[in-house]
Amino acid sequence: MRTFVATRVAMMISAVGVVLHGCASAPPETDDAAARAAAMMKSSFKAHGQATLARLDQDETQRLCSEYAGRPLPAPIVERIQKANLATIRYPGDNNLVGDWKAGEKIAQSGQGFQYSDDPKGPAGANCYACHQLSPKELSYGTIGPSLYRFGKLRGYTDETRRYAWQKIYNAEAFAACSSMPRFGYHGILTEQQIRDVVALLVDPASPVNQ
Amino acid sequence: MRKTMQSVAAAGAVAIVAATGAPALGQSTSDEIAKYREALQDGNPAELWEARGEAMWKTPRGPAKVSFERCDLGLGPGVVKGAYAQLPRYFPDAKRVMDLETRLVWCMVNQQGMTEAAARKTVFGNGSEKRSDLEALAAYVASQSQGVAMNVPIDEPHVHDMYRLGEKMFYYRGGTHDFACATCHGDDGRRIRLQDLPNLTKTEGAQKAYTTWPAYRVSQGELRTFQWRLNDCFRQQRFPELEYGSDASIALTAYLAGRANGAAYDGPAIKR
Repeated sequence: MRTFVATRVAMMISAVGVVLHGCASAPPETDDAAARAAAMMKSSFKAHGQATLARLDQDETQRLCSEYAGRPLPAPIVERIQKANLATIRYPGDNNLVGDWKAGEKIAQSGQGFQYSDDPKGPAGANCYACHQLSPKELSYGTIGPSLYRFGKLRGYTDETRRYAWQKIYNAEAFAACSSMPRFGYHGILTEQQIRDVVALLVDPASPVNQ
Repeated sequence: MRKTMQSVAAAGAVAIVAATGAPALGQSTSDEIAKYREALQDGNPAELWEARGEAMWKTPRGPAKVSFERCDLGLGPGVVKGAYAQLPRYFPDAKRVMDLETRLVWCMVNQQGMTEAAARKTVFGNGSEKRSDLEALAAYVASQSQGVAMNVPIDEPHVHDMYRLGEKMFYYRGGTHDFACATCHGDDGRRIRLQDLPNLTKTEGAQKAYTTWPAYRVSQGELRTFQWRLNDCFRQQRFPELEYGSDASIALTAYLAGRANGAAYDGPAIKR
């Protein structure tokens, strides 16, 4: 957790440089609407349980993705976001990336966690099915993200596939700047063991995802 | 009457749950809702809230014993016909851009003599033990804009500014999950689980979504307003709680209502 905070502070500091740099490739804001909107939000939201006002503070990635929303991201910005996020990815000490797909399926089904209406003590879910197709047995899946059916089978049951699954769950911005997918490891939404279990759901040959 | 409509609503809720629980049928949730709406025809339970709101509008209230017939929603004191379709707007007496709900609270406080706390005591209802006067009033006023083309004065400088800030908010990513409004409402043809998501960045999507709130929410058995819609979206976004009637809530409403300009208002509707 302390690492996350330190990383975020570092990213915020470097963000100042990016703003100046960004002016060369993108038209600058004609006024301070973005700053005023952010200030207005600070005074219009109230802390509610675990959802404190600090959640409105953006890190560099969130700020850049907000700024460039609805416009093409310049290549240097894409590179900068992906590089910074790749650097946040941590791996388990024992390098064991694959857990139990059955536990992973439960995590993929659960949308609990981090809403002010949720129990802050309870384990959070990843709610994968909200956006992705995974197991063909689950017909209630969303389409915000691509289908992950046969994720392992299509990519091959290799170390590269397992490592990519871990990285993508940990921090999707490392591969797709301004992806819609939450950064489950970076934000500490999922524990290390939970990420292992979701990786298993994707890459275990016995997982229903790969049938 | 009331009992009949509630049982109709309950039966409909069961039907919708049954339908969405069996996606193998190959029908989208919106098709089922459309069928449900058709079946209810003129029987949208929202009418119960509208009727209660209408009675409240005309009854002297608060310490000052004044009815809403002095309340100016932008078209003159007491004028409700078409009022919802031109909100939010700037009110010189309050020196503020206001949406319908904020304006109702303002009239309760400044004309009916209620305290701010009393006026906001129950902004969102919860079953029969905790009914919301504001939801009923909003349902009534909105119903009086049925068929009226949305005409939010987005060129008026105050509204224009709020509209622009609302647009920034729509794209503002934050929180533990990096979500913005645009994460779920920025593309065509997306759904979350089986729920179709309107693309609010397109005129058609914004028009269809905005002109159907307030709405009777079948799954909750409640009439819900646009303030509620925004509040609950941000809860799911993992943001802190959006305060009722706050500037940010009005800015985002101005943006989405303004994007709906030109479309006929079509609420209060009935939703899942």
